[in-house]
Amino acid sequence: MSPLMVLFALAKIVVILLVLLTVVAYAVWFERKLLAHMQCRWGPTRVGPHGLLQPLADAIKLLTKEDLTPSEVFPLVYLLAPFLSLVTALLAFAVIPFGPETRVGGMDLFQIADLDIGVLFILSVSSMGVYGIALAGWSSNSKYSLLGGLRSSAQMISYELAIGLSIIGVLLLTGSLSLRAIVENQAGAYWGFLPRWNIIPQFAGFVCFLVAAIAETNRLPFDLPEAETELVAGYHTEYSSMKFGMFFMAEYANMVTASCLATLLFFGGWHGPVFGPAILQALLPLLWFSLKVLFFLFLYVWIRATLPRFRYDQLMAFGWKFLVPLALGNLVVTSLVLAIRWS
Amino acid sequence: MVPLSYYLILSAILFTLGVAGFLFKRNIVTIFMSVELMLNAVNLTFVALSYSLRQLDGQIIVFFVMVIAAAEAAVGLAIIITVFRNRESLNVDRIDLMKL
Amino acid sequence: MYQLLFFVFAGAAVGFAINLLLQRHPIHSALSLIGVMASLASLYLMLGAEFIAAAQIIVYAGAIMVLFVFVIMLLNAGEEERTQRSRFAKYLGLPLILLLVTSMAAVIYRQVPQDAMVRFGDFPGRTADIGRRLFLNYLLPFEVVSIVILVAIIGTVVLARKDSETEGPGKAVVSEK
Repeated sequence: MSPLMVLFALAKIVVILLVLLTVVAYAVWFERKLLAHMQCRWGPTRVGPHGLLQPLADAIKLLTKEDLTPSEVFPLVYLLAPFLSLVTALLAFAVIPFGPETRVGGMDLFQIADLDIGVLFILSVSSMGVYGIALAGWSSNSKYSLLGGLRSSAQMISYELAIGLSIIGVLLLTGSLSLRAIVENQAGAYWGFLPRWNIIPQFAGFVCFLVAAIAETNRLPFDLPEAETELVAGYHTEYSSMKFGMFFMAEYANMVTASCLATLLFFGGWHGPVFGPAILQALLPLLWFSLKVLFFLFLYVWIRATLPRFRYDQLMAFGWKFLVPLALGNLVVTSLVLAIRWS
Repeated sequence: MVPLSYYLILSAILFTLGVAGFLFKRNIVTIFMSVELMLNAVNLTFVALSYSLRQLDGQIIVFFVMVIAAAEAAVGLAIIITVFRNRESLNVDRIDLMKL
Repeated sequence: MYQLLFFVFAGAAVGFAINLLLQRHPIHSALSLIGVMASLASLYLMLGAEFIAAAQIIVYAGAIMVLFVFVIMLLNAGEEERTQRSRFAKYLGLPLILLLVTSMAAVIYRQVPQDAMVRFGDFPGRTADIGRRLFLNYLLPFEVVSIVILVAIIGTVVLARKDSETEGPGKAVVSEK
């Protein structure tokens, strides 16, 4: 690897990270605005036109707030937890492809690394994300935090199982763990008009994935770890200033990852009608990808505005008695169909 | 380029540290973790030898070890929870009676 | 470069393992063990075992260790108390352990050919090949292992269940599986 390529790779990482952080900041604005309109309110309007500068104001507010460390916490773990949360949330983007393979000087432009085990990488990174929350809950040495941390570790592990099982159907159809190969397998159309997206043969898997992804990111209606009416703020009750901000960013980054993953696995990634001059042809896939991700982010907010929070035992029962059997059934049917087709 | 024996010696060191933890620690959860450390050390040997022999079988055995370790951890921790409920202590020196 | 990476991760693994022994609080020991597992996963990657590295993180660090952390949090286990009951471990433990490690090192030095080198990228353990081998050559062990897991699930439920109570650690432990 020449030094130039290393430099190029670093530049790519920095650019993608900056774009991601901007998307995360504006996901907060998007959610607040959308939620407000769904509830017949205005949402943020003061800072900038339509409150567009609100994320900036929030960031300044969080950075300048006093950083309070309660006296009875376990210091090292208490400091480590928010970093762990944010790093694992951002790490998943290393393998997400944003567009078709576009090589400039031997380097792929729209993806940091095309791993052979891309899907497994995302699963493993997201499974490490549990620690940020569990350790934050434990090290804060407060009953609300501890309950939040306990809830989240049980919840995330059980729904991780459902996520893994629901993805296997897609993997069976593709025969590869690389996210790029999965998207490329979804090119074209059935009978000339229906796009060959995985959602059509894998609808049950998609439903299972979507519900489990919402639970995995601790969003309403599954936000038991931070249910404010019973647990104050759950695992981050004792955190303030930028440490709280890191949990906040991690949550939204996880939302974006889950949306990207849903797009790549089930919605055909960057595939869509491509036309026009060459430059437009290069950029349209990015547009389709962003629109699909935006749709999933919208879905997150829509669900949050519509559904009330589950009770904890309902959540567990739903995960184990409905989602896992559904995913298993989907897996059995998919493999049967594939086995018949092959033989 | 690293000699194969470095990997094996690293694994031996980790295994020994696991044994040491098993002997010296008094908290039952930590003792259990030392057992996991030993399993991990053995896994490293399997993967290193599978690499050097150019055969995948070693990696498959590691996969089986992981699965069994998961099952073992679940059962073991359930036992620990039951013990704690009855004895209110995690110290192995206080859990030395067959009957309360 | 390869050598440097090996020593970084090997040093991290040994350091975390020693930290596991030195820490008094089980949560800190658990964190050190997670560190050991992460370093080992990197070493697996360097050995070309991509699938095993990912499985190491998902299964070991992401599931088994979460279970440990969960139980430690649930039982609210405090610092370890030092009781010196086992005289055997106290006096003979350290010499025996040193004996163990030296004898293992001696055997490795004698038995392993010194020119056996590990070069990066010599043997890519492709995930598809592992899958094929697993389901063709190792099908019977695979099925047996699945039965073992089923037994373990049922055993865990029976063991950890509190009588006449539906909400309890038992349920949580089951959900971990």
